[in-house]
Amino acid sequence: MSEPTLLSASGLTLRFGAIPALLDVDADLWPGEILAIVGESGSGKTTLLNVLSGKMAPQSGQVMYRDPAGAMQDVHTMPAPALRALHRSDWGFVHQNPRENLRMAVSAGGNVGERLMAQGSRHYGHIRAAAIDWLEQVEIDAARVDDLPRTFSGGMLQRLQIARTLVTHPRLVFMDEPTGGLDVSVQARLLDLIRSLVRRLGIAVVLVTHDLAVARLLADRIMVMQRGEVVEAGLTDQVLDDPRHPYTQLLVSSVLQA
Amino acid sequence: MNTVMLRVEDLAKRFTLHLQGGVQLDVLNGAGFEVRAGECIALSGPSGAGKSTLLRALYGNYRADAGRILVRHDGAMVDLVTATPRQIVAVRRTTLGYVSQFLRVVPRVSALDIVADAAGGRAEAHTEAAALLHRLNIPASLHGLPPATFSGGEQQRINLARGFIHGHPILLLDEPTASLDAANRDVVIAMIREAKSRGTAIVGIFHDAAVRDAVADRLYQVAPYQQAA
Repeated sequence: MSEPTLLSASGLTLRFGAIPALLDVDADLWPGEILAIVGESGSGKTTLLNVLSGKMAPQSGQVMYRDPAGAMQDVHTMPAPALRALHRSDWGFVHQNPRENLRMAVSAGGNVGERLMAQGSRHYGHIRAAAIDWLEQVEIDAARVDDLPRTFSGGMLQRLQIARTLVTHPRLVFMDEPTGGLDVSVQARLLDLIRSLVRRLGIAVVLVTHDLAVARLLADRIMVMQRGEVVEAGLTDQVLDDPRHPYTQLLVSSVLQA
Repeated sequence: MNTVMLRVEDLAKRFTLHLQGGVQLDVLNGAGFEVRAGECIALSGPSGAGKSTLLRALYGNYRADAGRILVRHDGAMVDLVTATPRQIVAVRRTTLGYVSQFLRVVPRVSALDIVADAAGGRAEAHTEAAALLHRLNIPASLHGLPPATFSGGEQQRINLARGFIHGHPILLLDEPTASLDAANRDVVIAMIREAKSRGTAIVGIFHDAAVRDAVADRLYQVAPYQQAA
């Protein structure tokens, strides 16, 4: 119950001119837990993800990360090489658009193996074996290992990005609308894949989504953002079944029932 | 068998509907009762009295506005009204089970995996899950299929298997036999009685009087809330 947090943010504030992107935001994440950040476009979700992952600096507040050795690191004051090292191995980032993360002129296997090489692996046979293993884990035919990503469908690209991200066994993965823009059938497969991989490997995830059904399926806890503020937070089923804030009630009541 | 497993004290729940001009619905006020190990309490009262709201509050799904919900968890009483989300998750994992009326289906996950996943990581989970599904008359040919296309009664039985497999010391049942035929209803009655004899404390909503009479030791009357004059 008093288990230490993996990531702890407090008092995050960031304004773009007069527009508040983050207003005094606190967030805690424990190992193996999935936290969803929901809200409409412009609510500050993606800004929060970028600040939590050290890609963007807040004007005030801090983000502390517990490194594998158990020491707390201030994400925004740690040396840049140390932050890059975190992003290369202990952290992962899954973008809505897989092309932001993949190298389109490098084979599928190369895309997965590259992250292992960045981490220091040098044995070609091991790297290729790991790449093939991960392609299979994300349900991409091993025969496609030498194909270029541009021959892949959108859903396959997204699965390839996930393989590339998870191959280093990160402890924390940031996901920005990982199922956005995909067909619903492709989305269902991807969600199930994310759910089972994350649970099996015990990875902690900060997931940004505007889709409450995605949050319900994947997340343990949820934070609802509006105009840079966290207006409601709690267990996913509490917040979605018993929303208290007017904005959360609006979000929940706006979902179309299929 | 006399241990108090669940004690509800002066529980209140109000819904404020901000999209309907801030209408306030007082659904529960001053609800209180206790359940001991091996005992089954049936929530009774007319439709709309707040039975389901009370049951959901007991699971920590609805957040109560006042009062206490004390649950015996790991030898101590935890108050779900003030517990942190992570405490509630821990209580649900090992102590508090809930069988809702409807199965929320996860795409692509088979019925057997849905039930086995709820067993709390036991090695023999799949064997137990298959046995439980057979007992509930779900044929083996369906075990490997995702339940999205199953009938309402089949989905409810998947849900029951999922709720019973872990053996939580406290079980909350929301109309567990609502869409079942007589044969399956009798299976569920037997399962509830066995759970009670193992010491499980049960709170349930049973619209079917025959089921209620067969399993409940006491009724707790949920009165429609009267606005104070």
